[in-house]
Amino acid sequence: MKVYLDNNATTRIDEKVLEAMLPYLKEDYANPSSMYDPARISAKAIEHAREQVADFLGTKDASQILFTSCATESANTAIKGVAEKYGSASKNHIITTSVEHPCVLSVYESLEKKGYKTSYIGVNENGELNIDSLLSKITPETLLLSVMNANNETGAIYPVYEIAKEAKKINKDIKVFIDGVQAAGKIPIELENSEIDYFSISGHKFHAPKGVGALYVKKGNLFEPYMLGGHQENSLRAGTQNTPYIVGLGVAAQLAKEGLTYEATEVKRLRDKLEQGILSGLKNARLNSKSKERVPNTTNIGFEYIEGELILLYLNDLGIYASSGSACTSGSLDPSHVLRAQKVPFTSLHGSIRFSLSKFTKEDEVDYAIKNTIEVIKKLAKISPYQEELKKLGL
Amino acid sequence: MWEYSDKVKEHFKNPRNVGSIENADAIGEAGALSCGDKLKLYLKIDNGIIKDAKFQTFGCGSAVAASSILTEMIIGKSVEEARKITNKQIADELDGLPPEKMHCSVMGREALEDALKNYEGEDWQDYVVEDEGTSPVICHCFSVTEQQIIDAIVNNCAKTVDDISQITHAGLACGRCIDNIKSILSKYVKDEKKILNPVQRIIKINTIIETVIAPELKKDFGDIELINVEGNNVIVKLKGHCSTCQNAKLTLKNFVETKLKELVDEELIVIEG
Repeated sequence: MKVYLDNNATTRIDEKVLEAMLPYLKEDYANPSSMYDPARISAKAIEHAREQVADFLGTKDASQILFTSCATESANTAIKGVAEKYGSASKNHIITTSVEHPCVLSVYESLEKKGYKTSYIGVNENGELNIDSLLSKITPETLLLSVMNANNETGAIYPVYEIAKEAKKINKDIKVFIDGVQAAGKIPIELENSEIDYFSISGHKFHAPKGVGALYVKKGNLFEPYMLGGHQENSLRAGTQNTPYIVGLGVAAQLAKEGLTYEATEVKRLRDKLEQGILSGLKNARLNSKSKERVPNTTNIGFEYIEGELILLYLNDLGIYASSGSACTSGSLDPSHVLRAQKVPFTSLHGSIRFSLSKFTKEDEVDYAIKNTIEVIKKLAKISPYQEELKKLGL
Repeated sequence: MWEYSDKVKEHFKNPRNVGSIENADAIGEAGALSCGDKLKLYLKIDNGIIKDAKFQTFGCGSAVAASSILTEMIIGKSVEEARKITNKQIADELDGLPPEKMHCSVMGREALEDALKNYEGEDWQDYVVEDEGTSPVICHCFSVTEQQIIDAIVNNCAKTVDDISQITHAGLACGRCIDNIKSILSKYVKDEKKILNPVQRIIKINTIIETVIAPELKKDFGDIELINVEGNNVIVKLKGHCSTCQNAKLTLKNFVETKLKELVDEELIVIEG
């Protein structure tokens, strides 16, 4: 049996998405910027996808949606674009969290080298943000506030709408960028009446293909374009539009919106079953996804005195695919910055595994994963040098 | 995903000699839970011969594989023979380890050393082998030795603590070794070009060719060998696919010469001999 439980890394493309894309990979290949009739087919398809994505993000005005190549590009575009357009010696302060995705944190690190100051807000032991402490960092110099909507490693949801609203009460000029990658397709998104200025999403996290993303830019929030060239995307993102992938993103967005109830009920039920099954089957298993608000598909569990890579390798042999930390950091050996920020003890920090489900996850797959994860941990406990500690935990 | 050899996979899937030995004659430890790696090695020694070895490891696939193969390597050996085992031999016995995972073999070597110290007690004398295994460990979390840090400076142009961390992972976990890394950096980076006498210069050129340039050429089935250094002229011989490749001249100028200029001396010129 093959059980894919790494849907926060990437998802399987939906058949309906693929089908919708195919004509634009075959006969309808015209450049949407050209003047002849076939170009109008491409251009219309792109505008339809823009409507679908706008609807998915809970906003009426589709002109606020820019298509990009991925969420990393969306984040880079928004953050660097804001810094270039509005940043100055007296507007050089950025507030963010210490649990953001590397694609965001790396940009702030690079801005710091150019003289920007960043305040990193930590989380408590449940992985929750302290909003008051975040708001207390706002000064007249604050240029940008950036918080992820949901955390990729633990699934914790942060109250981004409230944060944006309260922040603008303190300093109305602040720009608010929200990394929405892990929220998209899992929980409702409502940007219409929000104070959020920029919101990024990535298609492949909700069953569109890799290589397409979007950036919501609230009307009136200009920024210095990142990609220069032609006049595509209102001159805010040059480059020939990737019609088939944009069409795929649009269909995936529509399907994702329709599927939110299934996520909140069935996916959540299976996630809870997996989580409870593992936690009740192993006394050395500790839940890291302790945030009160959490996306329905994610659980992160730490196994005390057993190392994570070894767990993944053993699970891999059984056809169970999970992950430790984010795929973007798994090439490195240092433990997850997210789990360290919420002070997960060293005993289980190095043995923390993230399981993330999708609408394609089946009940028998979850049962298989529970049974085999428990067996793998029991087997690996025998190799551990911490026999006394494990014995106390019944292993 | 790491590129593990079949032998590494075989050993972490079916580790040999797992467990502890009651009344062991020697117990050695290396690593720590907080660093994500820990190895405990138990030895039964009779008349100076290692009769049995068992291990318990908290660590990744390659850490378990290195521990497992180490027990196989030392059972039946004399203490004298065992103490000569280097971390490179452990890695070689596994058909190699990814560079990021070499510290697993260092951990094996450290646990063995610790066990033998424990066995010999006061009589232990540091055994000097020309290998990174005996170079002092600077970062204990990832078992990174001074030699590995120097290599990162010399071979990979590391100039800052961040560079060193990226290449070796030293300093990434607890951070206690960062001051030591800085002092090594100040020693090597500053004096890099000035201290080289002609012999050191040739050795450095050769090291760069063997460890930086040749591995890149080998990816395209080529190879390179240093023939001689005359003044600023570095004479090399291209081998394998490189010897018949139409772009060999480009490779020589754009890759080999650029690398040598960057890492050894701006004045160097590469000539095919």
